[in-house]
Amino acid sequence: MEILITYLKVFLVGGIICSIGQILIDKTKITPARILVLFLTLGVFLTAFGIYKPLIDFGGAGATVPISGFGYSLANGVIKEVNEIGFLGIFTGGIKAAAAGISAAIFFGFLASLFAKPNIK
Amino acid sequence: MNTNIDMSNKEYSDYVEKKATNSPLLKNIFWAFLVGGIICMIGQAITDVFLKFGFPKEQASTYTTIILIFLGAFLTSINLYSKLGKFAGAGSVIPITGFSNSVVAPAIEFKTEGYILGLGANMFKIAGPVLVYGVTSSIIVGFFYWLIKIFL
Repeated sequence: MEILITYLKVFLVGGIICSIGQILIDKTKITPARILVLFLTLGVFLTAFGIYKPLIDFGGAGATVPISGFGYSLANGVIKEVNEIGFLGIFTGGIKAAAAGISAAIFFGFLASLFAKPNIK
Repeated sequence: MNTNIDMSNKEYSDYVEKKATNSPLLKNIFWAFLVGGIICMIGQAITDVFLKFGFPKEQASTYTTIILIFLGAFLTSINLYSKLGKFAGAGSVIPITGFSNSVVAPAIEFKTEGYILGLGANMFKIAGPVLVYGVTSSIIVGFFYWLIKIFL
């Protein structure tokens, strides 16, 4: 029963975040590329103001899987690194925390595009 | 009398316009919610499997990111992700699989222009701006956090 409630929360939080994006796309004609940038940046600043962490505590992957969760990693990483090594952390913390995601996107992205056939319409 | 007819025509066209724009919005929101929510639940399931095998929480969610990025890239390369995107909209854009899709889709599209300036350069057509604004805002956050820490 408890696991059911956990997954319901994940579904709700993830669904609501995506719905907000959908409303923005439909109502403002904002492009998907801008949605990605907007949500990532929002994720960074909401984390900095301590608003995003409670959302993750409540919704788990529902808040970490959307691109705003990637922003959470960046902001969380930079704050952690500044705590540990001071000024230098401003420049190392963000990418360090996002390293796995960026590397995976480059490597798997490269492989996937290498083996896919360009579809000529 | 004429104005009355005009009025009702205008009202009618307003009504039609309202119906025509509202109902796809609701439909789009429904699909975005459903698909986005399901992708997040898949992510939660992957995280739970790693937690079950004793990985610490942070590693489990990093592995989840890697696997979802792999899935997004794979589904894009076999042309399935774009089919999902047609009805899921933001539900397929906002999850991290959508970020992966934004890396692979332009790379495939421009592959014919060569492996360096076609595939290589276009991988970051959308992901590039995402990283620019993401890293820049994280540095801004880091700088102000560092400042606040010094003065408090």
